[in-house]
Amino acid sequence: MTAQAQEDFTHHVRRYLYVFYALLFGTLITVGASYIPFGNHAFNIAVALVIACAKAFLVAGFFMHLISERKMIYGLLIFTACFFLGLMFLTLSAYADFPRMTVTH
Amino acid sequence: MDIPYTVETRPDTGLYNAKVGIWLFLASEVMLFGALFSSYILLRVGAPEGYWPRGWLNVPIGTVNTLVLITSSITTVMAWASLKMNQFGRFKVFHACTLLLAMTFVCIKSYEYHDKFTHYEITLKDGRFADGHMVANDPKADHVVISGRYVQDRKDLFDLEVRKAPHHHEELTIRRSEIAKMERYGPWHHTYLAIYFTLTGLHALHVIGGAIVIGFLWGPGSKLWKTDPERFTNRVEISGLFWHFVDLVWIFLFPVLYLI
Repeated sequence: MTAQAQEDFTHHVRRYLYVFYALLFGTLITVGASYIPFGNHAFNIAVALVIACAKAFLVAGFFMHLISERKMIYGLLIFTACFFLGLMFLTLSAYADFPRMTVTH
Repeated sequence: MDIPYTVETRPDTGLYNAKVGIWLFLASEVMLFGALFSSYILLRVGAPEGYWPRGWLNVPIGTVNTLVLITSSITTVMAWASLKMNQFGRFKVFHACTLLLAMTFVCIKSYEYHDKFTHYEITLKDGRFADGHMVANDPKADHVVISGRYVQDRKDLFDLEVRKAPHHHEELTIRRSEIAKMERYGPWHHTYLAIYFTLTGLHALHVIGGAIVIGFLWGPGSKLWKTDPERFTNRVEISGLFWHFVDLVWIFLFPVLYLI
């Protein structure tokens, strides 16, 4: 590895550390936010999921290098995302048909 | 015959083959966990008001486990980065840390499971409920002893509100003749526990599987570094991608199961 490449890589390593600190901070924020009564429980759920999505972006983007990945991987993930959204759409449509008060145990 | 494109990139994909393979595998994993999350949503919205448990899991323990897994993610990526910088000794140290953290995670999870399997809900013949951890359950004795509390309404067991007012637990001696039903907090006890054990159990299996691969690359598999360092570095990258995915799943499991 040339001196320039070594320096570039050291820069990357520093970035991994910043992401790590952000993830630790995000975890503490998630726990802290769950103790705050926002008035509506749905709001607490939304806050927790938004923070989880931000943390997931950091892990996938930087630790898994999706920020600078090849088109082939992006194509694969877009395909997966479509199927995942389809699955969630099925869940939503099942919600409308779901018999209320049936899950008691 | 050599396996093609283990180091050099394929001209059409621009990637070495194992990388395409692991991403295809991770795509199938997204659908696997997605289906279970979907089940969780349906079970949760189907539960009557007040019958979906809150506060059944220990938040500080879950937080520590989250921090353990996040730390293992950075040690994994640092292990790979060390190989890229030609520092094999540092790789060994970072991957040893990853293994230790993986074992820590599994130990903490086992403790949580043990806590649930020693937790009992006892329905008494007079209509009350006793809830707590088993202290003594000798089949020859005419009574059981739990550390817990009595409640009149079963609904009181679902929202523990542990963050607001901790419940006072005491040792309760209950005669067997007074017991109508006694059940552990296993997966059969409530749909919440069923989905909790399914999701976290499957996740724990992934942690164990990932740790075995990382252990191999740290131990006997690391001989490849001497003969084909680039191929070995790629193997570490692939195992790392799987490990980060395991971390990613936990990032969603933690708030969903412990906090909301």
